[in-house]
Amino acid sequence: MTTPIIQLDKLTKKYEEQLAVNNLSLSIHKGEIFGLLGPNGAGKTTTILMMLGLSEPTSGNITVCGINPTRNPIAVKKKVGYLPDDVGFYQHMTGLENLLYTAQLNGIPLDEAKKRAHHLLQKVDLLDAADKKTGKYSRGMRQRLGLADVLMKKPEVIILDEPTLGIDPEGVRDFLKLIRELNEEEQMTVLLSSHHLHQVQQICDRVGIFVKGELLAAGDMESLAKQLFVEDTFVIEIKAQPIHKEFIERLQTIPNVNKVETVPSGIEIYCKEDVSAAISRAIIESGASLYQLQKKNFGLDEIYHRYFEGGNPDGIGLTKK
Amino acid sequence: MELASLKNKWSLLMNKEHTEKHRNNNTFWVIVQKEFSDYISSWRIIILLAIILLTCVGSLYTAVTTIQDAIDANESAEEIGRSSYLFLQLFTTSDGTLPSFITFVGFLGPLLGIALGFDAINSERNKGTLSRLMAQPIPRDYVINGKFVAALLLSSLLFFTLGLLVMSMGMLILGIPPTLEEFFRIVFFLISCIVYIAFWLNLSILFSVIFRQAATSALSSIAVWLFFSVFYTMIINLIAKPLLNNDSITTVEQAVGRQEFVLNLLRLSPNYLFSEATTTLLSPTVRSLGPLTMEQTVGAVASPLPLSQSLLLIWPQLTGMIAATMICFVIAYILFMRQEIRAN
Repeated sequence: MTTPIIQLDKLTKKYEEQLAVNNLSLSIHKGEIFGLLGPNGAGKTTTILMMLGLSEPTSGNITVCGINPTRNPIAVKKKVGYLPDDVGFYQHMTGLENLLYTAQLNGIPLDEAKKRAHHLLQKVDLLDAADKKTGKYSRGMRQRLGLADVLMKKPEVIILDEPTLGIDPEGVRDFLKLIRELNEEEQMTVLLSSHHLHQVQQICDRVGIFVKGELLAAGDMESLAKQLFVEDTFVIEIKAQPIHKEFIERLQTIPNVNKVETVPSGIEIYCKEDVSAAISRAIIESGASLYQLQKKNFGLDEIYHRYFEGGNPDGIGLTKK
Repeated sequence: MELASLKNKWSLLMNKEHTEKHRNNNTFWVIVQKEFSDYISSWRIIILLAIILLTCVGSLYTAVTTIQDAIDANESAEEIGRSSYLFLQLFTTSDGTLPSFITFVGFLGPLLGIALGFDAINSERNKGTLSRLMAQPIPRDYVINGKFVAALLLSSLLFFTLGLLVMSMGMLILGIPPTLEEFFRIVFFLISCIVYIAFWLNLSILFSVIFRQAATSALSSIAVWLFFSVFYTMIINLIAKPLLNNDSITTVEQAVGRQEFVLNLLRLSPNYLFSEATTTLLSPTVRSLGPLTMEQTVGAVASPLPLSQSLLLIWPQLTGMIAATMICFVIAYILFMRQEIRAN
């Protein structure tokens, strides 16, 4: 594979006592969409700021487009577009004026900037609102204008920090589609941070899971699931009546079953192999009636749940081998 | 042949460097231009400018009527005009109903400076535009420098316009042209006004870097301004009273020394420096800013000071004001450069 377009090497950032980013090594290749997934305060934004040279790492090395952003931030910022979370615009200026200002700051001549702004506004479906003051824009419109703003300088890489935060589902879908299009049409590398796993799952080629400043796992969906769920490859959810203790004990004796958990919707069985036949037999034999038996697939939801909702990152040790 | 191609390459390189530099320079002026147009289209500044304009017209009117009365009462008006720097009095006299131009400027100038600067950085931060701006290929200091330059430009423009307006109105109404010396005195007066405003501007920019809320930074700037314009003199008077008490002073040297000590305390306030500088510039009859003993005045020619001497007299005041301005700016600059750029 070619040399990565973003390369982080043992990156560490300390704020006084707190470790915001800890020994992070990561490489992102040209043309891919990489998702940085993690809960709030995991150090995603800090990492992004360091990639742009807006924050200095305590130790470690960064290379973006072959340039060190800590040493030469301006050169990096010419090639990288950054959409901050909760992007803001000058409210007394129209959407078009805001874009033109960005273009001017990038040294783009005015007539070219006008053409480009027009094209981009059309792309993000804001042409009707181009002459409206941005103070009157809705959150979704602001976010789309933000994307147009980022694209004004024709970047090689775009970094989006929580781009879908606070947009309605329809808007999110359009936004993600737009990013996908950009990636496919212009071979743009996209780095996207989010705590919305479904969105990340929909769009990203590769995902890195980031908790408390550490990268726990990285890879595509399948390999992530493998990395994280070595033991419990299958989860089977059943609904049956009546459920009592002996019944659960009996389920536990089935070979290859690791764990049986009672959840509000029924029972979840974690097992190494697909043992749904054995389970249904056990249910019938114990005299209960089976209403539903469902194999759950491993979405990021499961991954996410295991990592974050547990609130105990030490517990990860048991699935990671 | 080779030499030619080398030369060609060299010139190409130089050209590239030149355009690069040119481009960078351009982006700075883009920021200045944008900030400037922001200022003149914001209601806050428009209202303040209107107030300044109105008060100046008012003070000009009272000054003109007072001077005209004085001229009418006297036979040789022309002579009075020449000898008593009548033109400068446009800025300093009043009939008591409205304060003079110089008082108004001393009062409203700081307010203008504060209004221009108090939300320079923190509003960008709060609206989320700062991180977007920082993601553009511009040096970080362009933002703070651009804002400062734009605000300074605006206040310079305003004060020169006002000064020239007052001059032309005076000429029209009084019918007396200013002498060259008077003209330069007015120019220097306007420059010291701008320096004074720049001080308050930088102070409020400093607060806008420190405080995340625009309201906090506005209130703290105004608090500092109030302290210096009202309370500081009160406090110094409290200190001065026992110090300058007649009973405790035994020698002349002691009296002069103490007087000077009190004066130097007062000079810690930018307001006092400004008032000293402007009164000296606009009233050539002011011969000294410190206490003078009888011995010193004996033999002095009782005539107004020439401009060069007046300037010499206020040189420390002017440099003091410029230094205070620079200090505020440098602190704001350093803090801003070190600050974390976060969306919130």
